[in-house]
Amino acid sequence: MNIHEYQAKEILTKFGVAIPKGGIAYSPENAKDKATELGGDMWVVKAQIHSGARGKAGGIIVCKSHQEVLDAANTLLGKTLVTNQTGPDGLTVQRIYVEEASDIKKEYYLGLVFDRSTESIMVVASSEGGMSIEEIAKEKPESIIRAKVEAAVGMQSFQAREIAFALGLEAKAISRCASAILGCYKAFTTSDATMVEINPLVLTGDDHILALDCKMSFDDNALYRIPQIAELRDKTQEDSKETYAHDRGLNYIALDGDIGNIINGAGLAMASMDMIQLAGGKPANFLDVGGGATPEKFVKAFKLISSDPKVKVILINIFAGINRCDWVAQGIVDALAQITIEQPLVIRLAGTNVDEGMKILKDSNIDYIEASTLEEAANNAVKALKDLENK
Amino acid sequence: MAILINKESKIIVQGFTGKIGSFHAEEMIAYGTNVVGGVTPGKGGQKHLDRPVFNTVKEAVKETGADCSILFVPPAFAADSAMEAADAGIKTLVAITDGIPAHDMIKVKRYMRRYKNEERMTMVGPNCAGVISPGKCMLGIMPGHIYKEGNVGVIGRSGTLGYEAAEQMKNLGIGISTSVGIGGDPINGSAFKDHLEKFEHDDDTKVILMIGEIGGPQEAEAAEYAKHNVSKPVIAYIAGLTAPKGKRMGHAGAIVSSKGESAADKVEILEAAGITIAKNPSVIGDTVASVLKSL
Repeated sequence: MNIHEYQAKEILTKFGVAIPKGGIAYSPENAKDKATELGGDMWVVKAQIHSGARGKAGGIIVCKSHQEVLDAANTLLGKTLVTNQTGPDGLTVQRIYVEEASDIKKEYYLGLVFDRSTESIMVVASSEGGMSIEEIAKEKPESIIRAKVEAAVGMQSFQAREIAFALGLEAKAISRCASAILGCYKAFTTSDATMVEINPLVLTGDDHILALDCKMSFDDNALYRIPQIAELRDKTQEDSKETYAHDRGLNYIALDGDIGNIINGAGLAMASMDMIQLAGGKPANFLDVGGGATPEKFVKAFKLISSDPKVKVILINIFAGINRCDWVAQGIVDALAQITIEQPLVIRLAGTNVDEGMKILKDSNIDYIEASTLEEAANNAVKALKDLENK
Repeated sequence: MAILINKESKIIVQGFTGKIGSFHAEEMIAYGTNVVGGVTPGKGGQKHLDRPVFNTVKEAVKETGADCSILFVPPAFAADSAMEAADAGIKTLVAITDGIPAHDMIKVKRYMRRYKNEERMTMVGPNCAGVISPGKCMLGIMPGHIYKEGNVGVIGRSGTLGYEAAEQMKNLGIGISTSVGIGGDPINGSAFKDHLEKFEHDDDTKVILMIGEIGGPQEAEAAEYAKHNVSKPVIAYIAGLTAPKGKRMGHAGAIVSSKGESAADKVEILEAAGITIAKNPSVIGDTVASVLKSL
C-alpha cells in the first residue's frame, strides 16, 4: 500500500526527521490560507498523487505570492498527472500540499528498501539527489552508497554516521544527517514499511538536514497490525477495477488486451497470459480467483471481467487440486444462472475429477468452447476473437 | 532417497485441530504420510484424528521423535510458530500460510541462523503448496494423485503451475523424485539454490526442473549456482513474460522492480548458465522428456 507525501512526512516527524513546514489543502482558498498561516514569501504547491517524478509532470509549482498559490492550486486540483510511474492514464490530483520554500544548498538521495538478495533492510544513499535512483545508477553509479542492516540488532549509529560521512557532508551536518537516517530506519521497521524514499534529502543554507520529499510503501500483509496506516489508504489513487476486485477477495490487475482471464493461482495465471500472447492474442487482465472456486467467487469474477468494455472473449483456466473439477464446473454453471455474459467463453479444466467436471459443463445449457490443454485454451480464445472480428 | 521427506519422515502438524489443518492432515494421512501428531497450544493431551495433540513443538518432538512439520497457523502467528519449530529441532518445515508480513520473515530467517549448519532447519514456503516425494510422503496441500514417482526433481514457486507441470509429465510417463514448492513470497524460507544443492546430491534425481516467475533475484542466483555446482541437467520455465513492470502479479513477490527480474531477463540469465528453457508453459513436460531422452 502507498500513501501520500504529506502523510509519509507526518510519520517521519514522529521519528525525529525534520521536514519543511507545510499543510494540506483541498481547495484553492484552503491553499491560500495555508500559505498565510505558514508565513514567509515563497511557497511550493505540490500535487499529492501516489507517484514520484511529479516535478517533471508539472505537479510541483513554486509560488512567490498568495495569488500565485491560489493560481497553482487552481491549476493542480482536479488535474490528471501522467508520470513515468502512473501509467498512461495518470492519477487525478485531489489534494495539494502547501509547503514553505527551503533554502537548498545541496540535494541528496536516501532510500530504505527490502533487499531480497540479502534478505535484510538495505540503506541506499547518494550525493546526487533530485534524480531518480535509476538515473543515478546509470549516470553516477560510483556515488551510490549501500549499507546492509543486521536484522538481529537493527541499524547502529556508526552505520548512519558512515553514510553521512560518505555523502561528503560537513562536520556540522553529520549528526543531523545520521539522526535523519536512523529516524527513517525506525519509521521503516516500526510501521512495516517496504520502502522509504527521501528524494531529495537536502542540506539547507544553515546546515540543517530536511526531508524535502518522501515516498513510503507498506507491506499489505502487515496492514492488520498497523491500523493507523491502513486507514490512510486513498482509493482514488488506485485503479477502480483493481480496488473493486481487491475488496472482494480477488487478485486482479488490469492490462490493455482484449482476452479476459479467470484463473486459479498466480503462477498459472501468469503462464496462461503468456500462452495467450504466444497464440497471437493479448490478455485484458490478470485474475487469480484462488482456491475454493465457489459460485459466489465466479459471479464476482464474471461481473468484473464481463463489464470491462475491452474484453471481447473470456477464458477460464482452472487446475483443480483439492477443489475438484466437478465442484468448479458446478460453480461456473451456477454463476452463469445468476449472471449473463455477452462474450464467448472458453473453458479449460484440469486436475482432480476432470471428466466429471467436463460432463457437468456439457450437460448444462451454458454456451462455451471447450479446451483440454493450456495451449488449446489460448488458441481457442484467440480463434474466438478472430471469429468475432470476421463476423 | 528423494530430498527433504521420505517414507520414514515423522510428521507433525502445527495448527492441527483447526479446520484447514485437519482437512489437509487427513489428506496427507490418506496419501500414506506418517503423521505422528500435532500441536495446538492449549489442547495438549487431547486426541485428534487418532493422534496425540501437544501444547508445544518441543513436547511433540520429545514424545514422537518428529523431524518434519507442516504449518497451518494464521499469518499473524506463523513466524512465531516457525521459530518454535526451528528451536525444537524440526529438520524440515513446510509453511503453507499465505500472508506472513515480510518483516516477520526476516526475523525467522535470522533466527534460523542461530543453529549450526547440521542442526539448522530447512524451511519451505511460506505461501506454498508444500513438498511431495511421490509414493513416499506428502507434506503439503497438493493433489497427490497427479504426481508420478520418478527421477525428476522439481522446484517451483507456484502451486497450480506446479500441478500443471506435474500432470504434463505424468501424461508423458515421467515421474518426480521430490517436488518442492518454495512459495511466492518475497522472502522465503529456502530458495531455488538450496534445493538445487539437495537434488544434486540425491541419487533418485536425474534431472532438475525449476519453475520460476518474475520478481526477485533467486532465479538468477540459482543460475549462477547451477553453472558451477550442478552436474545434472537443469530445465527451467519462467512465468510472466506478459507481466507489466511494477505491478504485483498475485504473489507478494511477483513484481519486477529492478533489472534482471523480468521473465525475459531471467530466461537470458538461465540460458547463459547452460540451463534448458521450456519456451512456454504448455511444453514443460515435453522439454523435460527431451532432456531425459538425451541422457
